[in-house]
Amino acid sequence: MKKILLIGNPNVGKSTFFSRLTGVDVVISNYPGTTVELKKGKMILDSQTVEIIDVPGNYSLDAGCKAEEVAVDIISKKVFNDDDIIINVIDSTNLERNLFLTFQLLEKGLPMIIALNFWNETRHKGIKIDVDRLEKLLDIPVVPTTALTGEGFKELVYRIKEAKASKDYSADKKPISNDKRWSQIGAIIKNVQKLHSKKHRWYERLEDISIKPRTGIPFAAAVLLLCFFAIRLIGENLIRYVFDPLFNLALPLLNSISSFSGNSFLHSIIIGNLVDGKIDFIQSMGFITTGLYVPIAMVLPYVFAFYLVLGFLEDVGFLPRLATLVDTIMHRFGLHGLAVIPMLLGLGCNVPGAMSTRVLETKKQRFIAATIMAICVPCMAQMAMIYGLLAKYGVSALIILFLTLLIIAIILGLAMHRLIKGVTPETFMEIPPYRMPMFKSLTKKLWMRTKYFITDAIPYMLLGVFIVNILYFTGIIEFIGNIAAPVVVKLLGLPKEAVASLIIGFLRKDIAVGMLIPLGLTMKQMIIACTILVMYFPCIATFAVMLKELGIKDMIKSTAIMVVVTLITGWILNMIL
Amino acid sequence: MSKSILEMEPESSAKIIELDGSEEFKRKLATLNIRIGKTIKKIAMQPFRGPIIIEVDATKVTIGRGIASKIIVEY
Repeated sequence: MKKILLIGNPNVGKSTFFSRLTGVDVVISNYPGTTVELKKGKMILDSQTVEIIDVPGNYSLDAGCKAEEVAVDIISKKVFNDDDIIINVIDSTNLERNLFLTFQLLEKGLPMIIALNFWNETRHKGIKIDVDRLEKLLDIPVVPTTALTGEGFKELVYRIKEAKASKDYSADKKPISNDKRWSQIGAIIKNVQKLHSKKHRWYERLEDISIKPRTGIPFAAAVLLLCFFAIRLIGENLIRYVFDPLFNLALPLLNSISSFSGNSFLHSIIIGNLVDGKIDFIQSMGFITTGLYVPIAMVLPYVFAFYLVLGFLEDVGFLPRLATLVDTIMHRFGLHGLAVIPMLLGLGCNVPGAMSTRVLETKKQRFIAATIMAICVPCMAQMAMIYGLLAKYGVSALIILFLTLLIIAIILGLAMHRLIKGVTPETFMEIPPYRMPMFKSLTKKLWMRTKYFITDAIPYMLLGVFIVNILYFTGIIEFIGNIAAPVVVKLLGLPKEAVASLIIGFLRKDIAVGMLIPLGLTMKQMIIACTILVMYFPCIATFAVMLKELGIKDMIKSTAIMVVVTLITGWILNMIL
Repeated sequence: MSKSILEMEPESSAKIIELDGSEEFKRKLATLNIRIGKTIKKIAMQPFRGPIIIEVDATKVTIGRGIASKIIVEY
């Protein structure tokens, strides 16, 4: 099948292009490095199916830089067929520097068409580009586009068939030096681009405010605090006014199912145990009671609220600025500022968090970031449950938990930076301009992430509920509980029944937290149990991604750190609380 | 006269006259259009040996101080 590759610098809108051309939804954000792996989709072009490939962004095709290898591989002779073409997506507000990659592609003699994206931004930035002249000079089609609104897409799609190799710049003979390239680019820029003085827009002024240390730090603190309260407000109200009433509405139906199925094994699977003769949504542990209530009425509202807020921060372009502000601290941990991205995504779900460690350049950084995230960053699902559970003991319980996680993260970072071989390169990162989020792309991203939670989390939770029942029914919990008793009871000060929750925690941590409720734990035990559930091991889905990203050897190392650190932390908490 | 961008005042602009590093180093900087002859503006400097934010053409870039000390400008 014919392939069309989307290639361009990071954060020029390739994924938005991909989504528009194929109709496939992908996560799109305003920071470099959102796409970390090849994405493939299809579109019909002139009644022929073609494959569209979204290639992670790269600044050049020079070998020796790891992030750029994906693009180098895919345009190599082995993969690139004669009838394949490239759409080179360019940020037209940064034409000069984007043309460097364009020239490298042109020199390879590959059939290309250029999309001058962010065309709408050139207007208010006072940039004038003579598209016709650029097209003549480069000898390939050039189309101005604004992927977010769809402007220019008709023409682009129509002209895809005109894609061709440039006669003027194809160079199979000898390699061209970078200086030569830059001077060629300079000559073209002189010919096609005019800059006019521009008026600063209010959000451009905000760009400076949010990055200067004196104003940037208070600004970031205010933004994060605001986000926290927004998430709480949205989550709590969704529960109170939407989901709780919904489940209460269903209660009579559930009750009749309960009395109908009597006291059978089926009853304990479907409805679960009755608490004081009544269905308890949290404690009953049945398929259609706890199995649905926990994910839908306790976790989903917060997941939804979190992704709404995160999506907004991402699309505005706040994250690279936050990365700049925390860069100094992150360097103490062998990371750099961009490590806030895996940490923040990890707060939503550890799976995309682990995947996004790829924004970091070296193995050492990826190892440290993934390990800290797995140990110290609870996912939103788990946090929602912990919040629901610990809040009734007062704010102090929550503070102890999160303070512990923070302290562990700091100690782990300082220690790993010293003990783990490898380098932490200096920060060198592009900061995109603030952009107005588009309502449509915001809601689309929110829907994709929420859908992922619904389709991926709920089956696992139901499986978890099922396994809990089997484990209790067969007495396996009792058996493992006895074996683990010395550690769980003596070291951590928990009842041995807590083992069941730790076992289910491998599958889903939210349901595992819920399983602590019937145990009648004291506040101290509850804090220890929750802390351990956050730290001891990632859930199976996160584990799989980490294994893929880190490799088996490093994953064993990381796992060893998790277990040791968890036991020490649990023991210390047991001693001092 | 020359100095590194570390010594530049925030909000001031200057022309790059030297990049004190390997070819690989220069290649890396060039990807974000930091090249000899370009005019850059220093936007801010984070405290406690934190990174520096500069602007080249329309792009803002965060760079560590080690890199910044090797970017030499004319004044």
